[in-house]
Amino acid sequence: MKKKKSVVQAAPFMLPSMLGMVVFSFLPIVISIVISLTNWNGLDKLNGETLKNCMVGSENYSRILQSEEFWNVLWHTVYYIILYIPLVLVMSLLVATVLNRAMRGITVFRVLYYIPVLTSWVAASLIWKWVLSPQYGVVNQLLGYIGITGPNWLTDKVWAMPAVVLASVWKDMGFYGLFLLSGLKAIDVGYYEASRVDGAGKMRQFFSITLPLLTPSLFFCVIMALINAFQLFPQVQIMTEGGPNGATQVMVERIYTYGFKYFKMGYAAAYSWILFVIIFALTLIQMKLQKRWVHYES
Amino acid sequence: MKKRALSVVLTAALAATVLAGCGGKTDAPAQEQAASKQEPQESAQPEQEPSGESIDISAAEEGAGEVAITYANFNASGGNEETLQKMYEAFHAANPNITVNIETIGYDDYFTQMQTRVAGGTAPDCYELNIENFAAYANKGVLAELTGIDVSGYNATALSAFQVNGSQYGVPGNFSNVVLIYNKDLFDQAGASYPDDSWTWDDAMAACEKISALGDDIYGIYQPITFNEFFKVAAQYGGSVLNEDRTAFTINSPENLQAAQMMIDKIVVTNVQPTESQMGGMGDWDLFESGRLGMIPTGIWAFGAFTDACDFNWDICVEPGGTKKATHFFSNALVVNKDSDKKEAAAAWINWLASSDEAAKMRIEAGWDLPAISDNSVLSGYLEITPPDNRQAVFDSLNYLAAAPIIEEYSLMADIITDKLSLAAAGELTAEEALNQAQDECSAQIKLQ
Repeated sequence: MKKKKSVVQAAPFMLPSMLGMVVFSFLPIVISIVISLTNWNGLDKLNGETLKNCMVGSENYSRILQSEEFWNVLWHTVYYIILYIPLVLVMSLLVATVLNRAMRGITVFRVLYYIPVLTSWVAASLIWKWVLSPQYGVVNQLLGYIGITGPNWLTDKVWAMPAVVLASVWKDMGFYGLFLLSGLKAIDVGYYEASRVDGAGKMRQFFSITLPLLTPSLFFCVIMALINAFQLFPQVQIMTEGGPNGATQVMVERIYTYGFKYFKMGYAAAYSWILFVIIFALTLIQMKLQKRWVHYES
Repeated sequence: MKKRALSVVLTAALAATVLAGCGGKTDAPAQEQAASKQEPQESAQPEQEPSGESIDISAAEEGAGEVAITYANFNASGGNEETLQKMYEAFHAANPNITVNIETIGYDDYFTQMQTRVAGGTAPDCYELNIENFAAYANKGVLAELTGIDVSGYNATALSAFQVNGSQYGVPGNFSNVVLIYNKDLFDQAGASYPDDSWTWDDAMAACEKISALGDDIYGIYQPITFNEFFKVAAQYGGSVLNEDRTAFTINSPENLQAAQMMIDKIVVTNVQPTESQMGGMGDWDLFESGRLGMIPTGIWAFGAFTDACDFNWDICVEPGGTKKATHFFSNALVVNKDSDKKEAAAAWINWLASSDEAAKMRIEAGWDLPAISDNSVLSGYLEITPPDNRQAVFDSLNYLAAAPIIEEYSLMADIITDKLSLAAAGELTAEEALNQAQDECSAQIKLQ
């Protein structure tokens, strides 16, 4: 009874944002399912009649799944994830551990590590393009000092994706680092004191106390990083434009190209639904798996 | 104190995550759906356009009464907004009954915005399109046919670029072409004679070898490996990517192979053109400006940059040919929206903007670009500016214009061919394999009418 009343009272306050959600999120989502079943070209007037006339059923989906291109871009994304997630987690854990020290002026460093996160991808990509320039870039010059001839990074088929990963890790480690830092702060100092009395060294403390108690934060970071990785787009678009020879083509880029360059909006919509299903499935799997490795302190 | 600072940062981060998280699941569909909110109203009325899609421009002047039309463009953004405004004021003085609301939108956002507006039924009465998008829009039937144009004022090739199946769907709003720009000092050092209009690619290659021999990081020529470049070079050897009536692809024809072979060999065989990795991310203009490049076929819009940046002598001539000459031009179409109810006024405005002497003069004075008109006397002021000394070559090049092969799926065709040629330039395919694969993929993926 009481519950019902509170809903009635809350309704007027929720209505404005609900309306926005319905018009700008739910409705488009529903319509995009319909569009994914058509070969609508993105230019004909969007109405029921047009959509009915260009209905093609599940053809878009079967064509995508049968195309070599789809499996290629999926592999590029998976490859990115394999490189990116371990690297970004290790780096952000490192950042978090360093920033967790009680040191004079540490807040300044906390801000510094967070700055890349706030930088726009467009600016960051342009800078990285310059940093990774084979002849004039800082990276290859530094490598040169220790006697290594640096690769042609962005124009080399083998190195283009690692280069994108490098830039992404640099930009994102502050973001995940901050979550891990808050996780570290939440660990009771008592555990460390007790273990020291029992004679545990720094390493032992890290692997037996810090890491297990940090798993909830790590779990959150893995899910976020995975979702972001599947939506990889701006850095690729600016740094390599999907090249060299398609070696860094990823899904969101394909969706954009099909929708707005080739005028195959139905195909693009189907592509984005496939992307959604993949992300959704992976997140579900992780939710299930978390029981095995995530320790919630209670 | 420290704790509080941390919590502030954390709160901000958390807020960002919540936003990112929401975006996570809805972003992609939401973007595509930006147009969809009009859907309910639109579906209420059965949409069956009467066939009154074509407009007679010659009758436009008689249209009585006040009309206000909207004109959207991207070409004036970033420096020429005022020039366009001045042009409009001159037009309005001559046609006081027509008011034009000019919308100038940046290039980056222009085409996604225009696509959304066309699909949503809120497109402007007339607007500008680049060649790739023109191909799609015209073939998908969202543009009005323009009839009764006074064609004598236009450059004929530029005008014909915007015909689809014999019907005129746009007028060339501006105009730029491509010439061969060369570094005179490098030619002197190499003891090669300057290129002239009679050159073929064989002459150019001989000069390239001499120039490349000057040093390890000096190259003879840079010609981008793109579809755009390819269809022109193909035309220079008498080839084309489509058959005469545009019903089939002829990408791997012997003539085209000759063209592709020339483009690729100078990179992978003689290496008088730097490979992608030799370029190391440097731009082709930068390479020329640094004085390490003998020749570059590029657009006349490079003149300003080269005048400022080059501390050596350079000049231009008509681009070398194969078995014959063919040159590039770039032009944007000005089109009229099929669903506009003020088509006559819209057509009158774009026709004036593209072909009147007044607009042409203002365009040249502002150094914007060239008007696509046939009357060269209007263009005379343009010839007096140096460098380059041989500016006449800009107009001589107009005699050999090759129009882009406009088909509905132009962008897809261009991407497929560019990809295959890039693979050949990277040494992973031969020129022949590249063309064969491009032929197969284009034929499989693109239906020609």
